[in-house]
Amino acid sequence: MSRVLVANRGEIARRIIKACHGLGYQAVAIYSEVDAQLAHVREADHSIEIGPAPAKESYLNIQAILDAAIKMDCDFLHPGYGFLSENAEFAEEVIKAGIRWIGPRPETIKTMGDKDRARSIVAAVGVPIVPGSKRLEPGMVKRTLEAARDIGLPLLVKASAGGGGIGMRRVDSINDVEEIIEATQVMAENVFGDKAVFLEKFIPKSRHVEIQIFGFEDGSCIHIFERECSLQRRFQKVIEESPAPDIPPETLVQMFEAAVAICRETKYVGAGTVEFIFDPSTNEFFFLELNTRIQVEHPVTEMITGLDLVGMQIECAAGTGHVITQSSVSRFGAAIECRLYAESPNKMFMPSPGVLERFQLPDENASIRIDSGYQQGDTLTHFYDPMIAKLIFSGETREEARHTAIDALSKIEVDGVQTNCDFLISCLCHKDYAEGNIHTTFVQENLETLTKTPNIT
Amino acid sequence: MSVIDVKTEITGSVWKILLKAGDPVEEDEPIIILESMKMEIPVSSPESGIISELLVKQDETVIEGSIVARVEV
Repeated sequence: MSRVLVANRGEIARRIIKACHGLGYQAVAIYSEVDAQLAHVREADHSIEIGPAPAKESYLNIQAILDAAIKMDCDFLHPGYGFLSENAEFAEEVIKAGIRWIGPRPETIKTMGDKDRARSIVAAVGVPIVPGSKRLEPGMVKRTLEAARDIGLPLLVKASAGGGGIGMRRVDSINDVEEIIEATQVMAENVFGDKAVFLEKFIPKSRHVEIQIFGFEDGSCIHIFERECSLQRRFQKVIEESPAPDIPPETLVQMFEAAVAICRETKYVGAGTVEFIFDPSTNEFFFLELNTRIQVEHPVTEMITGLDLVGMQIECAAGTGHVITQSSVSRFGAAIECRLYAESPNKMFMPSPGVLERFQLPDENASIRIDSGYQQGDTLTHFYDPMIAKLIFSGETREEARHTAIDALSKIEVDGVQTNCDFLISCLCHKDYAEGNIHTTFVQENLETLTKTPNIT
Repeated sequence: MSVIDVKTEITGSVWKILLKAGDPVEEDEPIIILESMKMEIPVSSPESGIISELLVKQDETVIEGSIVARVEV
């Protein structure tokens, strides 16, 4: 029986274990010393401790994970998302050790992880990219000002080595460009050890819309529709859904075609996501990045298509999967995913580590799916991310899914840590959300209303 | 002259130490940055002054409410 090393923790580890068992594979869990009690460890066929709590000594420790995979005699390795999932060096080491990597080829991961290279490949296939500059080193004052004028205002200054929204500053006046860039460079050096920054056009009231893609070994590739992911806090997603409300069908088709063209150009194998910025005022869209892994929000797509994306990843790596044609993929209804985080929305979403003294979630059924790595009594340590659970709701219509979500979220009971549960309900009940009128600054603009006790409608 | 305690409001690991004992510090200037649940959280001085003591080490876990530094104001 083939064995898969599940190189992750929590809910995504459980999701991968379930997919392994569904296909008749054995799953081997890894865990850090503080995670021994978690459900993913119990549910796997075998498990192995890989190191202390800090991620860099365990879930980010390439050698420890490789040693575990070899020791446990694994044939495959699934990296999940986050941690080492987009680390090309790790993928190469796994392959060198004779273990099959469940994910795109290391070259693809490397190319797409390099922002400048990714942008030029995408531009070459004729897909629009967000107007922006290349890396700007300190001292390039003239070039920086020229780039700012070419891109136009407002714009964002981002740290080249940054990510997750850290070190991002908005510029509204050309007179402020130099000052903000200098401040960002100082911050970038302090935080990331790299002073370089780049500029990107800021599109007000824009939306984040992404396309799920899947490439097969025979070179064919398909899109599996879009996900709307505009509802974000601290530049991280909170609520995702599909279909994306109010995008003209012809624009959506163009986005699908663009995503498939990128997939084809990069000879993409496996699951991936092409992220776009969509400007509802012009119906233009721009390539942002290609994520070379399974996404947190993949269940949204699974709920409306009935596909098992993680299972497809495993079969693709094993060479046992069937090629799925574009015409055979269809969707039904709508799905909304809400991420339950341990955090305090009224304290700028400050994380809230602690013990889940009480943890009651609604029951799952045909229209409610829950992916969680935790159970009552578990500890949410400060070492890992604050996501407690993903709750995915489906319905024949968006409105039906929205009501199911509000009703189910109202039944959640958590003690021991703060959560964003009320905040999620407030978002879903907000008039603009109900009308599909959402954008990436929705949370920021409505923060006061959204952090009050929800008024369920 | 008095000495004030700078406390952390959250449990986390010390990710970056930005200032050391003897350094001048402005009001609201971060002294250290903690990492908690993948979020970087600066711990800043509530007043301007000179850092008299830095009580944390790189990568150390600090518990909510504990003193991370003392500032002479």
